[in-house]
Amino acid sequence: MTATTNAPPTRKRSHGESAAPPGKRRSLGDLKVAMIFLAPATLGFVVFYIWPTLRGAYLSFTEYSLLSAPKFNGLANYERMVQDSFFWNALVVTVEYVVINIGVQTVLAVAIAMVMYRLTKSITVRAIILAPYLVANVVVALVWYWMLDFQVGIVNQGLGWLGIDPVAFFGDSHWAIPTVAGINVWRHMGYTALLVFAGLQMIPAYVYEAAEVDGSTEWKTFWRITLPLLRPVLVMVLVVTMIGSFQIFDTVAVTTQGGPINATRVIYYYIYERAFTRFDFGYASAMALVLFAILAIVSLVQLRLLRAKESDLA
Amino acid sequence: MRRMSVGRTVCWVLLFVLLIVTLFPFYWMLRTAFSDNTQLPGHPSSLLPVESTLGAFKRVLGLATIEEAQAQGGSGAAVNFWLYLRNSLVVATVTTVCQVFFSAMAAYAFARLRWPGRDKVFALFLAALMVPPIFTTLPNFVLIKNLGLLNSFAGIILPGAFMTPFAIFFLRQFFLGINRELEEAAMIDGAGHRRIFFGLIIPMSAAPIATLAILTYINSWNDYFWPLLVGQQENVRVLTVALGVFRSQTPQGGPDWAGLMAATLIAALPMIILFLAFAKRITNSIGFSGIK
Repeated sequence: MTATTNAPPTRKRSHGESAAPPGKRRSLGDLKVAMIFLAPATLGFVVFYIWPTLRGAYLSFTEYSLLSAPKFNGLANYERMVQDSFFWNALVVTVEYVVINIGVQTVLAVAIAMVMYRLTKSITVRAIILAPYLVANVVVALVWYWMLDFQVGIVNQGLGWLGIDPVAFFGDSHWAIPTVAGINVWRHMGYTALLVFAGLQMIPAYVYEAAEVDGSTEWKTFWRITLPLLRPVLVMVLVVTMIGSFQIFDTVAVTTQGGPINATRVIYYYIYERAFTRFDFGYASAMALVLFAILAIVSLVQLRLLRAKESDLA
Repeated sequence: MRRMSVGRTVCWVLLFVLLIVTLFPFYWMLRTAFSDNTQLPGHPSSLLPVESTLGAFKRVLGLATIEEAQAQGGSGAAVNFWLYLRNSLVVATVTTVCQVFFSAMAAYAFARLRWPGRDKVFALFLAALMVPPIFTTLPNFVLIKNLGLLNSFAGIILPGAFMTPFAIFFLRQFFLGINRELEEAAMIDGAGHRRIFFGLIIPMSAAPIATLAILTYINSWNDYFWPLLVGQQENVRVLTVALGVFRSQTPQGGPDWAGLMAATLIAALPMIILFLAFAKRITNSIGFSGIK
C-alpha cells in the first residue's frame, strides 16, 4: 500500500480515462500533495467560516455581553425576538427596501441591457455603467447624501426649477427607505445590466431570425421570446442581488443611521447596534441566525424556480 | 442592419441619459471638492467649482492649520487622509496577495489533483458562500478580540487572507480547462507538483489570476463593515471608516461639503484609476462572476 502510493503519479493522473478501474491501489491518489496545497485555505476556512458558524449558532442560545463568558439561556433570545417590536420593524423595513431596490433595479437593468444589446457592444459604454459599482458604498452614500441635501443639494435645486417643493429625502420617514434603495439602484444597476447583457448574448441568433420571418413585432419578440429565454439568467441574478440587498448596511450607516424614527433601521443595522453599541451579543447572534434562515429559504425558493426553468433553452 | 427608426433614436437618447445619470455624481463630487465651502451655499447649482480652490484637499490631508480649516468651514478636527490612504493600501494589498495566492493553491488541489473526498470537500467550501457575512462576523469579532488583535492590521486582514469560497471557485474553473497533456509532459521530465503549479499552471492562468486580484483589491479597498468593527483606532483606520468618521465630525449646521467631497474623492480615486487601467478586463469578468 505505502509503496504504491509513493509510485510516480503520472499514470494515475489520466483522469479516469485509463482502462484500469479505480481500485484500492490508486484510491489515495494525490492526497498528500493536496493536503499541502489545501493547508492555508483550509486553515482560513475552518477558523473564519466553519468555527464561527458553529459558534454563532451556539451564541444565539446564550446571554453574552463580551465581558464574561456566554451564559446559556435556552430559547430566551428567540422568545424575546418575537416580542421585540424593533425587530419586526427592522424586518418590515428591510423587506420594503429589498422590494423597492430589487424591483426597480431589475426592471432598469433589463431595459439597459436590451438597449445596449440592440444599439452598441461598446466596451466603453459598458465600462461607464459599471463604474458606480466599483466605488465603495460609503463613497456612493456620501455623494448622494450631498446631492440630495434638503437645502443646497443639486437634486432639490433641479426639483425647484420644475416647480416642485424640496424633498427631505433622508429626513422624511416616507422618503428615507426609497431614497436609500434608489441610491443602491444607482450603484448596482449597471452591474446587474451587464449580467443580463451576458445572458442576452447567449440567446442564439436563429431564434430572433425565426421570429422576424414570422413577422413578430419587437415588443412581442421581447415578451414572448427574449424574456422567457432570459429566465434562467434572471433567476440567478435575482438570487445574487437579493441576498446582497438583504444585507444593506453601509448606506444606512453613513447617511441616516437608522432614522428618522426607525424608518431605516434595517435588520443588518439593528443587529450591528445590538451587538456593538449595546454588547448584546447573544441576542444579535439569534437575529443573525434568523436572517441566515430567511436568506437560505429565499435562495432555495429561487433556485427551485431556476431548476424548473432549465427546459427553456432546450 | 436595421434602419434608423424612431425607436432607435429614442433608445439612443435613453442610453445617453443613462450615461449622464451614471457620470454626473462623479462630476459633482469633483466640482464640489474644488469649491470654497463658505461660498457653496450661495451657488448651489453652479456647474463649475465655486471660487475654485485646493483648500478642501489641504484641509483633509492635514496641510491646513486648524484656524484655516475652521475659516473654510471645516471642523478643525485632526484628520489625516495620508495615513488612512496608507492603511487602506496595506490592508488591500496584503489581503489580495495572500487571498489570491492561497486560493490558487486550493484551486489547484481541487482542479488538478485526484484524491478521495475531493468533490465533497469542494462542495463544503462552496456551501460557505451561503452563510451571510453578519452571521460569521459576530463570532469572528469575538475571536479577534480574544486574540488581542483589535485595532491591528492582522485583525483586519486575517479573516480574508486565506481564502474566500468565491476566489477558489473562480480559479478552479480556469484550472480545470488547462490541457492535461502539458502537465503530463512536464511530469515525465521530472517536474513535481510545485514546479507544475508555479511553472505551468500559474503562468498559463495569468489573465484570470490578474482579474481575480483586481476584483479582490477593489472589494477589500471598499470594505466598510469589518474594518469598522476591528479597526477603529487612527493608526489602522482605513479610508472607508475614516470617511464615516469624518462625516460624523463635520458640523451639523453648515457641513463641510467641500471637505467631505475632497475626502470622498481621495477614497475613490485609486479605484477609479484602477478601473480606467483595467476597465476591459473588469467589465468582461462580470458575466462570469454572476452566472456561475
